Amino acid sequence: MQYAPSRLGRGNALPGTPQQKSIEPHLSLSAFLVQLLNGLASASSLFLVAAGLSIIFGVTRIVNFAHGSLYMLGTYIAYSLVKVFGGGMLGFWGGVLCAGIAVGLFGALVERLLLRRLYHAPELLQLLATFALVLIIRDFALWTWGAEDLLGPRAPGLGGAIDIAGRQFPEYDLLLIALGPLVLGLLWLLLTRTRWGTLVRAATEDREMAGALGVNQAWLFTSVFALGSFLAGLGGAIQIPREPAVLTMDLTILSDVFVVVVVGGMGSIPGAFLAAVIIGVLKAMCIGIGIGNVSALGIDFSFSKLTLVVEFIVMAVVLVIRPWGLLGRQQSIPRGAASVEPPLYLPPPALLKGLAAALLMLALLPLFSDRYTLVLLTDILVFALFAVSLHFIMGPAGMHSFGHAAYFGLGAYAAALLFKHAVPMEAALLLAPLVGGLGALVFGWFCVRLSGVYLAMLTLAFAQIAWSVVYQWDAFTGGSNGLVGIWPANWLASKTAFYYLALALCAGGVILLWRIVFSPFGYALRAGRDSPLRADAIGIDVRRQQWLGFALAGVLAGLAGAVHAFSKGSISPDTLSIPRSVDGLVMVLMGGIQTLTGAVAGAALFTWLQDSIARQTEFWRALLGGIILFLVLAFPQGIAGFIRERWDARKDAE
Amino acid sequence: MLEVKGVNSAYGRAHILYDLSLSAKRGEVVVLLGRNGAGKSTTLKTLIGLVRPLAGEISFDGRRIERLEPYQIARLGLGYVPEERRIFTDLSVMENLEVGRQAPRAGAPQWTPAKLFRLFPNLAGMRERPGARMSGGEQQMLTIARTLMGNPSAILLDEPSEGLAPVIVEQMAKTILELKQEGLCVLLSEQNLHFANLVADRAYIIEKGHIRYQGTMAELAADGQVRATYLSV
Repeated sequence: MQYAPSRLGRGNALPGTPQQKSIEPHLSLSAFLVQLLNGLASASSLFLVAAGLSIIFGVTRIVNFAHGSLYMLGTYIAYSLVKVFGGGMLGFWGGVLCAGIAVGLFGALVERLLLRRLYHAPELLQLLATFALVLIIRDFALWTWGAEDLLGPRAPGLGGAIDIAGRQFPEYDLLLIALGPLVLGLLWLLLTRTRWGTLVRAATEDREMAGALGVNQAWLFTSVFALGSFLAGLGGAIQIPREPAVLTMDLTILSDVFVVVVVGGMGSIPGAFLAAVIIGVLKAMCIGIGIGNVSALGIDFSFSKLTLVVEFIVMAVVLVIRPWGLLGRQQSIPRGAASVEPPLYLPPPALLKGLAAALLMLALLPLFSDRYTLVLLTDILVFALFAVSLHFIMGPAGMHSFGHAAYFGLGAYAAALLFKHAVPMEAALLLAPLVGGLGALVFGWFCVRLSGVYLAMLTLAFAQIAWSVVYQWDAFTGGSNGLVGIWPANWLASKTAFYYLALALCAGGVILLWRIVFSPFGYALRAGRDSPLRADAIGIDVRRQQWLGFALAGVLAGLAGAVHAFSKGSISPDTLSIPRSVDGLVMVLMGGIQTLTGAVAGAALFTWLQDSIARQTEFWRALLGGIILFLVLAFPQGIAGFIRERWDARKDAE
Repeated sequence: MLEVKGVNSAYGRAHILYDLSLSAKRGEVVVLLGRNGAGKSTTLKTLIGLVRPLAGEISFDGRRIERLEPYQIARLGLGYVPEERRIFTDLSVMENLEVGRQAPRAGAPQWTPAKLFRLFPNLAGMRERPGARMSGGEQQMLTIARTLMGNPSAILLDEPSEGLAPVIVEQMAKTILELKQEGLCVLLSEQNLHFANLVADRAYIIEKGHIRYQGTMAELAADGQVRATYLSV
């Protein structure tokens, strides 16, 4: 699925740069200075949004995927308000401020009406709910403001530029540079000098204890959400003279602020500021240097290509050296929120019979179904394996990956590239999973050193790096166009034959993974998840087991990717993009992470929904988001979990 | 003041408390004695609302509280001091006290930082020190002081003597008696019979989630059989 065409256009995120086009390849001092200021100006907005995300996460432990959408809303609302109010001093700044306040109120409303119902649900479900909001808000913006890019007016009195060492620098950007530290100071005062701030910091550390002392969490959560959303909205609103409002800015800024918050340390406001400055400046520098290509070892290398990944490289490096971010502290398990995972039981005979029957039905289906159904079912099989491989590391191994598409994509690209280099299709299909596994082995080595949300973010970073390499390496991977003409061998050319291949490989992979969950290796993984210390003490090398589990999941995700490549005949960088990773998350969570079969149910439902809804309406995202929200609220334990509960209840009644 | 009738509590499928009943009056110190894992902490957590009982009634000051949220119970004037202290380590002593602060309450002693520093002189010299840099004994005092800032009329103390040096334990006993003097109702859980003897008026003995014995401290002191059965290691 394509939520965002791509992370294009970060280059023109810095309108102050066009005049650099003419400079000589090496960076002169004045160009350096201007880029530095440019970076600082972007850092301010980045900091505002990141600070909001950080505060929200600190107190509520919600990783708010919709935070980027709040930022986007801020930009759009400010654009409209300034148009209504007029571009005068009062109109412009009034509009910007009102946009921030409007987004803040919206955030408070979301917390009260939606998230409040989910505080007792598994944490990841809140993430799913906020992701549904991303879809809904995106379509709301499309419906309200249309698909055109909208650039706001210049700020009154600050429309000009000043001369810095012979170069033009926008006055407005100077103001932004000052705004970051100003907001940092105000937030610091708010958090350390007011009762509200003291309560927020207390709840960040131990919200259950704060409650037992008489602190009303519900009220605190709402106010924190309002403040965080206000900051996101304001961060978006101040961008209107610099950056056009576009529909894809929600996910673009989201990955940026995730990085900032993680690099700075989750929950640390000064850390977010430091990280925003580092990343803002580095990005600006990469754009600045980008005009000159560096030639090393015979490969032309452009620094501007680095802009797509520089922040993720920074994040990977920081997390490896300081696993809790620059100014963060080791995360204690939040008290009262720590949920003990319910045990996974061996499937009862009835369920095994049911699964066997389902498998038989799938095997017989080609006899009486049309081509279209077979193609859809092939997709479902592929994504079922993808989702089960993700569930394997998220459920039994307890490692929440936000970047699982990397291994799916590596498998797909490996299969396609091997095929393009004259390896027979069958061999390519067998070798490709190993490439996925190899990727997981390399990335996983770093990831298993972290836990919780830091691990999730590092997986996201690696996926983004993999995506960026594939996206930009035109000569080898076909770049943004991808690769075409990847067709299965002749004996598999018919849709039916390929369906059977997909069924054999994907169902086989799923059964293998399920079997492993109940092997000693699977038990060791679960032991490591539930009590790493205890597992260590009884002689389990938890990290090693997690590492191997990660790699195994990579192999099977790679297999899913390889089958996918041959079933479609072409692949594009989307196969390993962040939205694809999120799809996987949605499937696993929709199905129910605490059940064995949930991922399959989730994959089937999600793939089918996507396929059927996308053909119904232009606003399919909002519809899909609405369905996800409904499912989250109605079945917080996932679909499979819901069915199991009903089943248990019926058996208890008998 | 505090009345518990037939309470049952569970963590998930693990049933911890069975038909537990107990009571405590204003100005009375009641101790809940029992071994590790007997259900003492769960009893106190149920009272403050951190664990919601499956069945049973809990009344505090004449009001039913078993369905209320912890913050609502705390705001009725029931203070809770957890076993693990749970100081906010990022916050200074003064800020920790600020988190516990509630409006004055009729019929309950009123506390200010100044008054608390007289009760816990050690804390007075470290107002700005973050909780992370305090010793165990200092943290134990701070956690009690923090709860007192809510001006409670009754206070639940979960193993206040645990892990403290003997001289601090004595100080703790003195503190509890001072709270009793102020008219507070104190319900504490303990494994340490010696400490219980120093402070308590009455005792309940809990084993495997059942109340097995109740009586005054004098009665318990006279009953070697009960002590041997439920409390000796």
